[in-house]
Amino acid sequence: MISDATPLSAPTLEGTDDDQLLRVSLGPQHPSTHGVFRMNVVLDGETVVRLKPVFGYLHRNHEKIAEGGPYLHAMPYTDRLDYICPLTNNWAYALSVEKLAGIEVPERAEYMRVILAELTRLINHTAFMGFILGDMGAWGSALMYAFREREKILDLFEDLTGARMMANFMRFGGCRYDLPEGWIGQVSRIIDDYGPFLDEMEQLLIGNEILLARAQDVGQLPPEQLVNGGVTGPMLRAAGISYDLRKVEPYGIYDRFDFRIPLGEKGDCYDRIMIRFLEMRESLKILRQAIDALPEGDFINPKAKLRNFKPPVGDAYGRIEGPKGELGFHLISDGTTDPYRFRVRAPSFVNLTLLEDMCLGLDLADVVIILGSIDIVLGEVDR
Amino acid sequence: MNPDVDTILTRLRGALPDATVELRANPGPAEQHSLLVAPADLPGVCRFLHDELRFDYLSNVTGIDWPDPVLADKVAVPEDDEDSGDPGKATEPQGFLEVVYHLYSHPDRVGPLVLRVRTGDRTDRVEIPSVVSIWRSAEFQEREIYDLFGVRFTGHPDLRRILMWDEFVDHPMRKDYVAPDDFEYEPTPHAEVLERARTHYPATEKD
Amino acid sequence: MAIDPKLAGELKPAGIHVTSFESLINWGRSSSLWPMQFGLACCAIEMIAATMAKYDMARFGAEVFRPSPRQADLMLVAGTVTKKMAPLVVRLYNQMAEPKYVIAMGACAISGGPFKQGYNVLKGIDRYIPVDIVIPGCPPRPEALLDGLLALRKKIAGEKLIGDHRVRHADPKGTAEFPVPEYGAHDLQPAANREIWNPDPVVHEEAAD
Repeated sequence: MISDATPLSAPTLEGTDDDQLLRVSLGPQHPSTHGVFRMNVVLDGETVVRLKPVFGYLHRNHEKIAEGGPYLHAMPYTDRLDYICPLTNNWAYALSVEKLAGIEVPERAEYMRVILAELTRLINHTAFMGFILGDMGAWGSALMYAFREREKILDLFEDLTGARMMANFMRFGGCRYDLPEGWIGQVSRIIDDYGPFLDEMEQLLIGNEILLARAQDVGQLPPEQLVNGGVTGPMLRAAGISYDLRKVEPYGIYDRFDFRIPLGEKGDCYDRIMIRFLEMRESLKILRQAIDALPEGDFINPKAKLRNFKPPVGDAYGRIEGPKGELGFHLISDGTTDPYRFRVRAPSFVNLTLLEDMCLGLDLADVVIILGSIDIVLGEVDR
Repeated sequence: MNPDVDTILTRLRGALPDATVELRANPGPAEQHSLLVAPADLPGVCRFLHDELRFDYLSNVTGIDWPDPVLADKVAVPEDDEDSGDPGKATEPQGFLEVVYHLYSHPDRVGPLVLRVRTGDRTDRVEIPSVVSIWRSAEFQEREIYDLFGVRFTGHPDLRRILMWDEFVDHPMRKDYVAPDDFEYEPTPHAEVLERARTHYPATEKD
Repeated sequence: MAIDPKLAGELKPAGIHVTSFESLINWGRSSSLWPMQFGLACCAIEMIAATMAKYDMARFGAEVFRPSPRQADLMLVAGTVTKKMAPLVVRLYNQMAEPKYVIAMGACAISGGPFKQGYNVLKGIDRYIPVDIVIPGCPPRPEALLDGLLALRKKIAGEKLIGDHRVRHADPKGTAEFPVPEYGAHDLQPAANREIWNPDPVVHEEAAD
């Protein structure tokens, strides 16, 4: 057997006294690890007996760089945390700074933020569908459908922010620009088309024998253990725990919208996939209400200072319900223009805590599905 | 919504009379006041908060470096008001490392309850009891703080470097860490950059 | 060596294509590049987007992404190369068979980009492996990636396979493998491969003043 003292970060086979056990280093360059994630897996035949994730291959020092400049200097870096959904990252950071400095956000800006965040949620969950089916072997075809829809929303973002992915759009106390003319009409058209797309995607998936065989009853854990492990987002709700920050502590204006929190029953990978479908349908509901109720007014608080912005001494922890789970920023101000401490609580990173527990006793092929169902982005895991 | 820290402190003192727990007010508008716990009392306090007060979810663990009194003096703290001076007490005799925990309660929908723990100094007495046995979500976050700040979490099941490679010796998130100087420099009127550029390309200096 | 364009023009209507072996080989190589399926960070998402229906990289013969370096001849370094990742990138490059090409996609792979101040960020992958094409942007749009791919095709089409100035992979003395850096106590050892990376120090005149 392998003793606990064996350094698992060593990628060699040395140290395995028991020749029945096989040590596999999965990643960092591996098509199933969604980037540069690595897992050191010990296998008994096909069964996983030990799994240790290895992080840091995309450790880009977000926190150190953000502490070396003014508060606004960190905003474009938040785009690159979870690079599939930059606008929710923007919002989480703006929200935390607003908490730290006590800045009010005008009504119109709040609505704009909700619209952008829910569009981002659609992008994330749609791309997730493509990637998880790729993990199951349908490489390409499902992703083609997903990216077709993603491109439509990216065009919207480009019209608004000037960039497809790296939006850098939110400011402390509002947003950077007002909505361009005709933009809401385009959003409205995309929402109208999204329902049929989801129907099409569901038709592709539901009842698909491969999906059922690969995803059902895989990766379940007791709900109490998930809470204890800090798991948040769709992962937690798939296990039947109703904990969505949009309902628990309605930040922004989420208490004004009529939407439901979809819950899973078993918490297996199949539930995690299906819960994202249901969340997208709820997002469409929120979007429709937000567009109809969008008021006129300021898109940024006129009193908010952009230059020489100095929040008062103190610290604040702000969090939002990102598409992947709870995204939090812990900021400490010493009264100067630069944050003294800038800490990112990334959902992908904490959700990986229980990866080993979910995989033990299953086959190696199941590890790929479980990792896919957690929905990690390495920019956020390693920061 | 923020929890009622005063009530929690009263209940804590009632249940654990020997534990050293202080209230540290947050002077900022966020009003997230914190409890400063002595390292030795941390496991008992956390167990009580988890079991009795139903704080079943540890969201975030932050490591902070407070290097030395010179830097702490820069913090704009009113001299006469010692209790509200957190974070960054100007009165601390020497630097220390701090770990901040943000706790939430799923059933009661309250949080964050902020706990602060401080090490004795930044070099030798850097040990803090691990809370992994109470909240599993601390596992990787404590490893990250060990890696980047150098806090040793006693009782952690697998305390290794997590983001940097194993052979690395520094703690890069500390304020006094000096990164390897491996930049290329472009021509710039910035005096500081030019000064560093000179050390980079000594052979090409003309004078 | 040179082909008479007049003769080639005369023979073309008769169905005879006159060319040199060099052009034929380069044409074949440039028309079916097999990139390695290897994404590092944000740019990888745009790389995937470039292969999808809207941008359709398959039009340029480069859609067969191979997960194994042994089967690939184009390495798209798409994203930030951290110091922890750099030895693995070099190792992957060494495992690729000749001829092999490298595209540094995005500001991070070129120079560290926005993360240049980071202590764990490599300031450009050209410190360890030779780069053929750089595509600036953060991230570059899929169109920019396609443009970079076309530039690489043009470069391959003009490669000299014989003679004094032949390309590395056609030269028996050319190096196909580069030393893999090791993890050191503070930084990678060595911090750069000086045999292929010697930037021109551009500061000397100003610095001397």
